[in-house]
Amino acid sequence: MTTKRFKQIANDGVIKNNPTLRLVLGTCPTLALSTTAMNGIGMGLAVIFILTCSNAMISMLRKIIPNEVRIPAFILIIAAFVTIVRMVLDKYIPALYESLGVYLPLIVVNCIILGRAESFASKNAVLESAFDGLFTGIGFAIAITLMGIVREALGAGSIFGIHVWDFKMEFFTSAAGAFFVYGLFIAIFNAIYTSVENKQRQKSFLLKLEFASKKEA
Amino acid sequence: MGTFLMIIVMAVFVNNFLLVQFLGICPFLGLSKKSSSALGMGLAVTVVMTITCLITYPIYYKILVPLGLQYLEIIVFIFVIASLVQMIEKVIKKFSKPLYNAMGIYLPLITTNCAVLGVAELVIDKGQIMAILGVGSMNIGLAALYGFFAGIGFTLAMYIMSGLRDKVDYLDTSKSLKGFPMTMMTACFMAMGFYVFNLIG
Repeated sequence: MTTKRFKQIANDGVIKNNPTLRLVLGTCPTLALSTTAMNGIGMGLAVIFILTCSNAMISMLRKIIPNEVRIPAFILIIAAFVTIVRMVLDKYIPALYESLGVYLPLIVVNCIILGRAESFASKNAVLESAFDGLFTGIGFAIAITLMGIVREALGAGSIFGIHVWDFKMEFFTSAAGAFFVYGLFIAIFNAIYTSVENKQRQKSFLLKLEFASKKEA
Repeated sequence: MGTFLMIIVMAVFVNNFLLVQFLGICPFLGLSKKSSSALGMGLAVTVVMTITCLITYPIYYKILVPLGLQYLEIIVFIFVIASLVQMIEKVIKKFSKPLYNAMGIYLPLITTNCAVLGVAELVIDKGQIMAILGVGSMNIGLAALYGFFAGIGFTLAMYIMSGLRDKVDYLDTSKSLKGFPMTMMTACFMAMGFYVFNLIG
C-alpha cells in the first residue's frame, strides 16, 4: 500500500465520508450514548475495534463467501466480534458494560459496520480494509466523543466526570437535546466542509488560469 | 388489568422507541418524507416486533438458558429475525396482495433495523424491563404485548414526523441547515413533547 493510498483512506474515513457527520449513519448509538463524554469514548472504542476486525476478516474471506449469501455471512462475522467485545467488557469493565446497555449488542445491526463491509471490505485487500475500518471507526469515535463533551458540559456541568462550571441545563442530557446537538453538529460540519471545499476549488481554478495565461505568453 | 394499561402507556408514550430510546432512527429519518411510507414501515415494524417477541422470548428462556448458551443470544436472535422477515414476506405475498403492496417493500429493510433486535434484547433483560415498564415479572404474553405496543408507538412517532416534514422541508432555511439538520430540529421538538409523558411515569 502506497502512502498516497493510505492518506486517502484516512481522509475518507475521518473527514470526507465521516460516518456520523457526513453520511448520517449509525444514528441510534450516536444519539443515545452521547449523554456523557465517557460513554461516547467507550462506544467509539468498541466500534473501532469491531469495525477494524470485521473489515479485516471479511476482506480475508471475500473470495470464499458466495455472493448470494454474503449479507448473512457478514452479519455472522460482525456478531461474533460483538459477542467477544460484550464478554470482555462484562468481565473487565462492568461499569461501561452497564452504561452501554442494549446499544452494545445493537452494534451488530449498525449501518456503519455493515456499510463498510459491503462497500469496501468485500472489494479490497486485507491491509487496506483494516485501515479503512480503523479510520472510519476513528471518525465515528471523534464525532460521538465531541458530542458527549458538549452535552455533558452544558447538561451536567462536567467533562469526563470532572466538574467544570455550575451552569446546568437538563435539556442537553435529555432526548430532545440529543436531536438538537446532533442537528447542530451536522450543520456546522457541513458548513465548514463546503467552505473549505469551495476555497480549494477556487485555488485550483486560479492556478489553472495562471498556467493558461503563462502558456499564452 | 393495571399491568396491561401500564405496559401500554409506558411502551407507546413514556418510553417511545424512537423519541426516548433512540431505537430505529434510520427509518425515522429516511422513510418519513411521505405519510404513506411512514405508515407502511410502521405497520411492518409492528408486525415483525410482535412475532419476534413471541419467538425469541421462549428461545432464550427454554433453550439457551437451560443449556448455558446465553452468550449466543445475539447470533441466534439476528438469525431468527432474518429468517422470520423472509417468512412473513412470503406469507403476506401469498395471502394478501394489498397488504403486500402496503408494507411488503419495507420488510427487507427490517432485518437490520435496531428496533427489532432491540425489543428482543429488552424483553429478556429483567433490569431493563423493570426500568422501562415498571413491572417486575415478565412472561411470553406480556413480552408480545410489549412488542406490539412498542411498534404502535414507533408508528405514531413516524406518522407525526411525516406530517411535520411536509411543512418543514419547504421552509426557507440556510443552506447548511437544509436536510438532515432541520429534520433533527423537528425531532427535537417532538421529543420535547414526548418528554412531558415522563411526568406521568
